[in-house]
Amino acid sequence: MTELLAQTGLNALYAASYISLVAVGLVLIFGVMGVVNFAHGELFMAGAYAIVALYADIGVPFLAAVAAGLVFVGGLGLLMERALFRPLRDNPLGGLVASIGFLMILQALAVMGFGVRMEHIPPPTQDVIVLSEKVRLPVSRLVVIVSAVLLLSALWYFLKRTRFGWALRASAQDPEAAALQGISINQTARIAMFIGAALAGVAGALTAPLVSVNPHMGHSVIVTAFIVIIVGGVGSLEGAVVASVLYAFVHTIVTTFYDGVVADIVGLSLLLGVLVVRPTGLFGTADRA
Amino acid sequence: MLRAVIGIALAAALVALPHGLSFSQQEILVFLTINVLLVASYRLLTLTGEWSLGHVVIMGVGAYASALFTKQLGLFVPLSMLLGALTAAAVAWALSFPLFRMKGFYFLIGSFAAGEIIRLLWKRFRDPFGGPKGLKGIDPMPDFSIGFYDFDFFEPVSYYYFAGTVVAVCLWIMWRIEHSPVGLTFHAVHWQDKLAQASGIDVRAYRTRAFVIASGFAGLAGALLAHYIGTINPNSFDVEVMVFVLTWAIVGGTATFYGPILGCVMLTVLNEIVLRELGFEQMRPLIYGAVMILSILFLPKGLESVVERLVGPRRARA
Repeated sequence: MTELLAQTGLNALYAASYISLVAVGLVLIFGVMGVVNFAHGELFMAGAYAIVALYADIGVPFLAAVAAGLVFVGGLGLLMERALFRPLRDNPLGGLVASIGFLMILQALAVMGFGVRMEHIPPPTQDVIVLSEKVRLPVSRLVVIVSAVLLLSALWYFLKRTRFGWALRASAQDPEAAALQGISINQTARIAMFIGAALAGVAGALTAPLVSVNPHMGHSVIVTAFIVIIVGGVGSLEGAVVASVLYAFVHTIVTTFYDGVVADIVGLSLLLGVLVVRPTGLFGTADRA
Repeated sequence: MLRAVIGIALAAALVALPHGLSFSQQEILVFLTINVLLVASYRLLTLTGEWSLGHVVIMGVGAYASALFTKQLGLFVPLSMLLGALTAAAVAWALSFPLFRMKGFYFLIGSFAAGEIIRLLWKRFRDPFGGPKGLKGIDPMPDFSIGFYDFDFFEPVSYYYFAGTVVAVCLWIMWRIEHSPVGLTFHAVHWQDKLAQASGIDVRAYRTRAFVIASGFAGLAGALLAHYIGTINPNSFDVEVMVFVLTWAIVGGTATFYGPILGCVMLTVLNEIVLRELGFEQMRPLIYGAVMILSILFLPKGLESVVERLVGPRRARA
């Protein structure tokens, strides 16, 4: 029993790592831009396909392909900022609708480029760390966990300790006051979109060999990310990380003892429950709507 | 007088329309008719200012309920369709308790989550919902005759006339609702919710009313669909379909009654006639996505604003 729990815990930790990368990016975009990026799951998918194209098809080393995926998906984020969210800045519903349109375009491009079938990606390493007879941690999962911790720490340092980070947080709190202080709204929007999208891309790239890569994989990712950001409190980065861990543990445990669909139902019920009882989430503040 | 002439001409054109089309185009026409009811009911829902992402799942509730009433209880199909619509309205009423504690973005996400839960329940419970494969062999409408015309429901034309009549009646009812004091209050709740509240209007009760009524019509659309295609599954009502409905409403515009219907008809014609004939089937989501983005960027008030501009000066009314 202890071993089963330990293994479930490790699985949950792995799930929490990539979920928090996705969710933190989504929160960052919402905080700075004020739009709900429905295409976030498809940015994750684009990161996974960067691995298909570079690592599985051409044979670029795995971590180099991940880095390329990060830059590529970050670039998609910049494109979205310039072409969609900037012209629609005064129209929050418009930004949401435009991101749904962008989602469909990315999905159709993936279908046209790679087909609807599932991609098989050979894992970069088959090594497994054997902790005990029944508790094992594949190295490829450890890579995801370590990368998530490193990236989120780097983001935390950037936001709390650098000038750009200060500017970003200032314009998230009050765009007009920030603009009056000489902070360029367009520039902070660009940085936020690049980082937010790149985090989703990295999560997709890192997990590509471990999940089934297909053009419609973004759907479950965005559903999970919504659950996490609502439970954590929209606009709260710390909340998103804590809620990712919480959600990953609940989901993994329910999946282990019942099945995946029940776990999804439990997750969505958690979301509805939080919305009814405490709409600001665990860490949100009331004035952020 | 002019309006009556236009109305009669339009009705005649709609009756004559299927006879100029191929069999597959007639089938598309049936789907289009059902979708018109769906998108018009969606507009009724948005009158109070809340945009739901669960509307297509509510349509599915009507489809599943009506199919199960005929399959399990052997009810007469038209009766089970009405009961399906009532079930959808009842489910919406139950959902309104948690959902209308939220507004705006939270309502959007909440309705999305509620819809997904219902869809997952269909997937999880093989009995009675049939699991991921859904329900098959749903009873078709029984054939009948009204003297001068025999309804034979293997023919799409017959189903088009049947569904068209139902949809026309529903549209008329929705139009009446919108122009009744209740409908005017919906508008007030949307544009001046604080003022409406201060005037003694129970804002939440009116939001619930709009939601329940719209859901009933969506459920009827689902029932019409289920007994036409004969097979439904959880993916028939997934978020992609919801995105199409949203696109129709946005492209058409939601300020007028005809806006979303216009969007639905135009995009269906673009999609089915133009894209399918030209062989762009695979690019369908891409083009839908692009149309959605372009219309929100360059035509934020929808196609209806173009119509209003063309006929506007002569008929300057709200």
